[in-house]
Amino acid sequence: MNTKEITPVKKHREFLTENADFEVRSLDAVCINESELKHPWWYNFKYAIAGIVFGILLVKAEVISWFRIQEMFRLQSFHMYGVIGTAVATGTLSVWLIKKFKVRTIYNEPIVFINKKLNKGNIYGGLLFGFGWALTGACPGPLFAQIGTGATVIIISLLSAIAGTWVYGNLREKLPH
Amino acid sequence: MLEWLKQPWPWYVAGPLIGLMVPLLLIVGNKSFGISSSLRHICAACIPANIPFFRYNWRNEIWNLFFVAGILLGGVITASFLSNTDPVSINPKLATELAGYGVTNTEGLVPGDLFNWQSLFTIRGVVLIVIGGFLVGFGTRYAGGCTSGHAIMGLSTLQWPSLAATISFMAGGFIVANLLLPVILKL
Repeated sequence: MNTKEITPVKKHREFLTENADFEVRSLDAVCINESELKHPWWYNFKYAIAGIVFGILLVKAEVISWFRIQEMFRLQSFHMYGVIGTAVATGTLSVWLIKKFKVRTIYNEPIVFINKKLNKGNIYGGLLFGFGWALTGACPGPLFAQIGTGATVIIISLLSAIAGTWVYGNLREKLPH
Repeated sequence: MLEWLKQPWPWYVAGPLIGLMVPLLLIVGNKSFGISSSLRHICAACIPANIPFFRYNWRNEIWNLFFVAGILLGGVITASFLSNTDPVSINPKLATELAGYGVTNTEGLVPGDLFNWQSLFTIRGVVLIVIGGFLVGFGTRYAGGCTSGHAIMGLSTLQWPSLAATISFMAGGFIVANLLLPVILKL
């Protein structure tokens, strides 16, 4: 009797000790990664350089402009649709090429893609983010870039966004997914 | 060359370059392009409060924090060396509508009439800056990603959840920009 009850618990724990960190990290996140390689921390500076390039792009394309976002949501300008459309097209083509030619990383690791499952949060959360996007005129990336360009009050928006993330984490179990 | 760089970049130049962030991050270190998770890692690092959602080793995702720090720095660099002094050109219809709410300063990308420290003491400012920011943080995590994670990375890898999320982002934005914002801007 007892052994029957204990066995599945033990199995679950074994699974958790093996993968718990990745399992938790990948909840509600697209951009979660698992690399077997352990690098010194300063290897991460290459991502800072990628971020600088991306930040410059966001500003110069005026993606961080509240005005451009308002135009987009009022169908008054093609600009944002052009930016997002061509970005998705380029990304899709790149991913297709990576898969087709089995491109590896610069450290010779195979490139992995993790498929996510649809849940209600994609829609409810998506709507809520849409509300916020129209108000602030910024998604998370532009929040950082706007602060960089000297709009210091956006620090408050960023702190508020961190608070929003925290409140979500706290309420997660009670929300429909 | 520098003069050209200082102009706003057209969508057909900036869009493909933004799209190239996807293969760049994949090839440089198997990273999926995404920004909003950085907010979660900040929570996990600073205020985990024993919440299961924040109990993970955020150091494994530290690349994402380097990435967003870079974005902020990119903003600094652009403002210092690549900024154009001309006002942002905006659709005349929008300009007329905004002028009706007293928003006439179109010099910066972020409208100074709406987003400044004094406006934090007005209801309008609190809704735009504080509540808007909160919804961005709450909504992106609930949706599992933002414009970069879902709309760009997710659609590029043909994920259904990302299509659902992207449509929802746009629907939410259309509702607030067209129905609610006219009321909020009058506050």
